[in-house]
Amino acid sequence: MTHALPRILGAVCLSLSLMSATVAQAAAATHEYKLKNGMKVIVKEDHRAPVVVSQVWYKVGSSYENDGITGISHMLEHMMFKGTKKHPAGEFSRIIAANGGQENAFTGRDYTAYFQSLEKSRLKISFELEADRMHNLLLPDAEFKKERQVVAEERRLRTEDNPQALTSEQFHAAAFTTGPYHHPVIGWMDDIAHYTDADVRAWYRKWYAPNNATLVVVGDVDPQHVLALAKKYFGPVKPHAIPTLKPRHDIAQTGPREITVKAPAELPYLVMGYKVPVLRTAKQQWEPYALDVLSGILDGGDSARLTRNLIRGSQVAASASAGYDIYERYNSLLELDGTPAPGHTIKELRQALEKQVRQLRDAPVTAQELERVKAQVVASKVYQQDSVFYQAMQIGMLETVGLDWHLADEYVDRIRAITPEQVQKVAQKYLTGDHLTVAVLRPQPMDSRQPPHQD
Amino acid sequence: MPACRHPFMTPHRPSLSRAAVTVAAFALYTLVSSTAWAVPVIQHWQTANGVRVLFVETHELPMVDIQVVFDAGSARDGGMPGVANLTSDLLNEGAGDLSADQIADRFEGAGAQFSANTDRDTTTVSLRSLSDAKLLKTAVDTLTQVLQSPSFPKNAFERERKRMLVDLQQEQESPGDIANNKFYAVLYGKHPYAGDPLGTPDSLKALNRDDVASFHHHYYVADNAFVIIVGDLDKSAAQKLADAMMAKLPKGQHAAPLPQAPSLDKSETVMVPHPSTQTHVLSGQVGITRKDPEFFALYVGNHVLGGNGLVSRLAEEIREKRGLSYSTYSYFLPLAAKGPFIIGLQTRNTEVKQAIDVMNKTLTKYVAEGPTAEELKEAKQNITGGFPLRIDSNRKIADYLAFIGFYDLPLDYLNTFNDHVEQVTAADIRSAFKQHVHPDKRLTVVVGGGADAAGK
Repeated sequence: MTHALPRILGAVCLSLSLMSATVAQAAAATHEYKLKNGMKVIVKEDHRAPVVVSQVWYKVGSSYENDGITGISHMLEHMMFKGTKKHPAGEFSRIIAANGGQENAFTGRDYTAYFQSLEKSRLKISFELEADRMHNLLLPDAEFKKERQVVAEERRLRTEDNPQALTSEQFHAAAFTTGPYHHPVIGWMDDIAHYTDADVRAWYRKWYAPNNATLVVVGDVDPQHVLALAKKYFGPVKPHAIPTLKPRHDIAQTGPREITVKAPAELPYLVMGYKVPVLRTAKQQWEPYALDVLSGILDGGDSARLTRNLIRGSQVAASASAGYDIYERYNSLLELDGTPAPGHTIKELRQALEKQVRQLRDAPVTAQELERVKAQVVASKVYQQDSVFYQAMQIGMLETVGLDWHLADEYVDRIRAITPEQVQKVAQKYLTGDHLTVAVLRPQPMDSRQPPHQD
Repeated sequence: MPACRHPFMTPHRPSLSRAAVTVAAFALYTLVSSTAWAVPVIQHWQTANGVRVLFVETHELPMVDIQVVFDAGSARDGGMPGVANLTSDLLNEGAGDLSADQIADRFEGAGAQFSANTDRDTTTVSLRSLSDAKLLKTAVDTLTQVLQSPSFPKNAFERERKRMLVDLQQEQESPGDIANNKFYAVLYGKHPYAGDPLGTPDSLKALNRDDVASFHHHYYVADNAFVIIVGDLDKSAAQKLADAMMAKLPKGQHAAPLPQAPSLDKSETVMVPHPSTQTHVLSGQVGITRKDPEFFALYVGNHVLGGNGLVSRLAEEIREKRGLSYSTYSYFLPLAAKGPFIIGLQTRNTEVKQAIDVMNKTLTKYVAEGPTAEELKEAKQNITGGFPLRIDSNRKIADYLAFIGFYDLPLDYLNTFNDHVEQVTAADIRSAFKQHVHPDKRLTVVVGGGADAAGK
């Protein structure tokens, strides 16, 4: 049972689950600085190999966007490789490549980040290029028009032609109504088609500044040396006032929501989500940790309840998973999704998932299950340190969503402190019908000559 | 959920699920290079019953990675497509007197991570555990049972077979999966690499539990296995661990060498209508084995053509200049027998002709002319300068050991890799490409066209 159908968030570039691979440690070897222009610099030493990863995180992402320009943060991310006066289009990638580096960038709801992995002596090359494009981007119109097509192709690849991703996108649009998690990170296709270069330029000028950025460096480096390089290259970049975001909290959900998505597909698919707080929004700080444990009780591997009870036990599901991310800016969802096993229906799968939720409300989880989740969290804390990239990612993400990166160090202790009663309490408080959104994919024929399926 | 500038996805990896979106797999084809920096010291020996072990001792983190690799990929399916994959899938469904629940509880209760994967050449059973003696023992004891005495319960067999059928159905939703399966099926014809490692609906329905038990009996044997250990333990502990894991595997015999697939004698295009908004294109031919003497010339040469992310000719022509595709690439997949050379792209349905045209011209020109001096220099700089990144974690080191072990490469492979890369000349690349890449003898698979096409 080591293969799985795609999870809800299958088509990502970085499949880093914060539950399955918990948080950093070695606080003693992590150093934090602030440049005079307001740019934060965080350096974590890891001397296992002569490599370094450098990441620049901007506090901007799809949740900063308003209607009509959804996905513009991601479009700008693509345009960041399209040249400055000093380094014309394409040169950024060429220079990094010629220095043996690997580079990419990614956009999420609450962040946009750029990274390079390099042999350690070449860190300054990355700093020079990143500092340059932080304030000197040209955004030429010809490049913009081509790249808009590339982004449209990316959307086709990730979403349009993937019925489960399409369902997941519409599910989020139903679950979140007035808040910015309503729209997808990559943006609606109609918005992509109508971006203008002025839209991208305005977005760049508004959000890209040293005082809205965090530089994270992890690897075989001397923090003082990194700081000196950061001062040299990023220091001269001028700060400017960053707009204050309006609150834009989603209106409270006051009853269940259900939608159906019809698309050419072979398999039906179900996704359900309950509105829950996250670390940044929770009034009781233990609640997100209890929800994280709850998610691990349901789906923390082959011994967890969904696989044990729905795939192996009743065999109602061909796949079933649960997920929750405590590190977001706004209230989020505890999501459950799955595909029914042959001979079973979406209705049966939903009943089975709801039964799992009901059991969490009705009875405390067993000590053995809780110990298993905690053992996994403790082990993951070690495993994640095998990747310098992951360590940098965690620091950058926490910082950028408005949390202190030190929270990562507390994670294991916070999880360890969670009791069966607390897991039951959050289940009773949040996993209720009035907080629930459900989306069902009803497959339509792949071949347009076939009559539509009966609903 | 994040969207990103260029794909981390590995459209070229035969994967058991569409969810196989990993950063690690991305590195597999931009493999190895070398450096003056200390390359991990590979220790090696054989267990009491003759299983080869490759071991790297690393004490920085209190953890251990183990991989047990069998020459038991889908190429060994024989007349039963899908049996290799189903066998590895069922390993942890029951072993000795342990139930699936108990196996999962033991691994996960110890914080260990178990997986088993089957591709065309190999089945790899992996374990990641903390090095704490008690936890490691629980995890390794469980792994040993799973390897030596899986019970293949009838109920689990039936259920997992059904789930594989669902996976196959899901592949039919994906133009990328359809293109990949069609490409291998047509290119390899009757060769064992032709099939989807998942099998076919008909073959899966025809399988029974005894077929799986028999496959295990035949291929999960000492002479067909080797072991990789990387992590926080010393050699004597690693020796004991490997001996215990392998002790009860019967000697058996190593799987016979695979036949070589014939090359195409003319070009062929296969169109598959699909309701997708994009058309996926895969084009290529039978390529090389891991041991081909031209490996380095082709590897470095391909880096310039389509192996270096967006800094390659295909990306420049198709994406950067014309905005036709999000992802375009080329690679040689050198397997135990000749693996494929593949170029891939996806584009909106209206631009397929133009995209294929640009792809063909780019390939033909490159085969005729080879790289410029500047391109060659930068490709080499990228490969050699990035060497430390390729082995900067236990996971990556373990993956390299598995690769060195399975393809029987010299143990100084990592130490000499950069030298091999540096020695490649533009003339070597031109000669190797002319010998191995024939633009006029190519298979091109085209999947897509939209809802109208799918109805024709």
